[in-house]
Amino acid sequence: MSVTTLLHIDGRPVRVKAGSSVAAALHVNGGMGVARTSVTGEPRAPFCGMGVCQECRVRVDGRRMLACQTVCAEGMQVETSA
Amino acid sequence: MDADVIVIGAGIVGAACAHALAQAGRRVLVLDARIGGATGAGMGHLVVMDDNPAELALSSHSTAQWRALAPRMSKDCAYSACGTLWIAANEEEMAEAERKQQRLRAHGIESRLLDGAALARAEPALRNGLAGALEVPGDGILYAPNAARWLLAQGGDSVRIEHAKVDAIADDGTLRLADGSRRTASQIVLANGIEATALCPELPIRPKKGHLLITDRYPDTVHHQLVELGYVTSAHHSDGDSVAFNVQPRPTGQLLIGSSRQFDTTDPAVEAPILARMLQRALDYLPGLADLTAVRSWTGMRAATPNGLPLLGKHPWREKLWLAVGHEGLGVTTAPGSAHLLAALMNGIDPEFDEAPYAPRGLLETA
Ligand SMILES: Cc1cc2nc3c(=O)[nH]c(=O)nc-3n(C[C@H](O)[C@H](O)[C@H](O)COP(=O)(O)OP(=O)(O)OC[C@H]3O[C@@H](n4cnc5c(N)ncnc54)[C@H](O)[C@@H]3O)c2cc1C
Ligand code: FES
Repeated sequence: MSVTTLLHIDGRPVRVKAGSSVAAALHVNGGMGVARTSVTGEPRAPFCGMGVCQECRVRVDGRRMLACQTVCAEGMQVETSA
Repeated sequence: MDADVIVIGAGIVGAACAHALAQAGRRVLVLDARIGGATGAGMGHLVVMDDNPAELALSSHSTAQWRALAPRMSKDCAYSACGTLWIAANEEEMAEAERKQQRLRAHGIESRLLDGAALARAEPALRNGLAGALEVPGDGILYAPNAARWLLAQGGDSVRIEHAKVDAIADDGTLRLADGSRRTASQIVLANGIEATALCPELPIRPKKGHLLITDRYPDTVHHQLVELGYVTSAHHSDGDSVAFNVQPRPTGQLLIGSSRQFDTTDPAVEAPILARMLQRALDYLPGLADLTAVRSWTGMRAATPNGLPLLGKHPWREKLWLAVGHEGLGVTTAPGSAHLLAALMNGIDPEFDEAPYAPRGLLETA
């Protein structure tokens, strides 16, 4: 049984422990774990980790989702630029 | 600047009044306490309502004015000519849609009946099996806080804004401000929304609380402002809580979801049970909403009068005082028409539609 999940963040393959949240995967991906940029271009990163702050919005397989509330699935495509 | 007129309140109604008065050549001082109000909390649906002839006259005059202003309005006012779809869930409501069309047609307002199949083509995200809809293409939406700022800015040098709270209106019409200073002009316009009763306790205005929720960006999910036809019956109960399906496609791709109505509370807290009822109602019509992420929810207070019409005109006994209050859930729509009516009366000109139904005198006698 596989204990890791492979997903893609902005096209880059990222391997995480199975059951990890997309927010955790953003962190593993390196850097600040930026989820998106604000309207004024400021980088935004997961903050509250529990679905309240809305700072962790990403596009998952084409749909806007909260990174901290989404569990990584095999082959998932995550875009942070959206 | 020595002002001819002082407007109390810089929400959408006060701003529209200042704009109309400036256009009529008056020098206007606007006093706003910056406590905010319904303008910052509402949906900004510009909609012709036809529950009674007076509401129809005011809302149709107003939406025509918004359409005329729209091409000049700044981009951040986010005006969109999306039109309204009044959704009929069943055959009874479809019959109501037909009656509504007749009422609108009699008033010269364009609309179009869609059967179930045409509705499904127009808005594929709606659930299957709806009876149809009445489309009113002349309706629109805008972002009211910016529209208010834009209206004030149009006045140029004729409109001055001072951030100050009015604490009292003396019998001779002199205004006492929170810092102890006084202001006076030959005419005063009271346009401070739900706070009006703090200055004029005799006004028959009650708060009607509403919840709204906005989603993240999902462009092209819906295309028109969608409202259930049952809205008319649920929105006008004078007591008890009610919810109705009302969804707006923001130009950003976000979906603004309403609406709820509650009397006899001034607590601004978001209440989970009523929010849940409202969202369940929305899901009945747009099941796909369940998969979308909500970004924020909040509440606002509508200033409701007993007959649902705003009070527009001279205060029956307070010197110098004119009223532009009690716009309930339609004040963004009806701000330009209200301002036209009031400015005409203040200048002794005949307005373009009958002022009698909104005259404060009648309401105060029964209050
Ligand atoms: C949930 C909700 C949804 C709505 N949806 C719609 C819609 O889709 N379409 C529509 O047409 N309408 C809608 N409305 C109604 C609309 O928002 C209001 O009718 C409208 O904004 C009222 O504007 P106003 O200028 O009268 O009052 P407000 O916006 O409340 O402005 C009053 C102003 O007066 C100032 N003020 C208050 N007291 C004082 C004082 N003592 N001294 C100085 N200044 C003072 C405040 O700071 C504020 O700026 C909605 C309302 C709510 C709550
Ligand atoms: S980190 Fe706050 S909502 Fe996801």
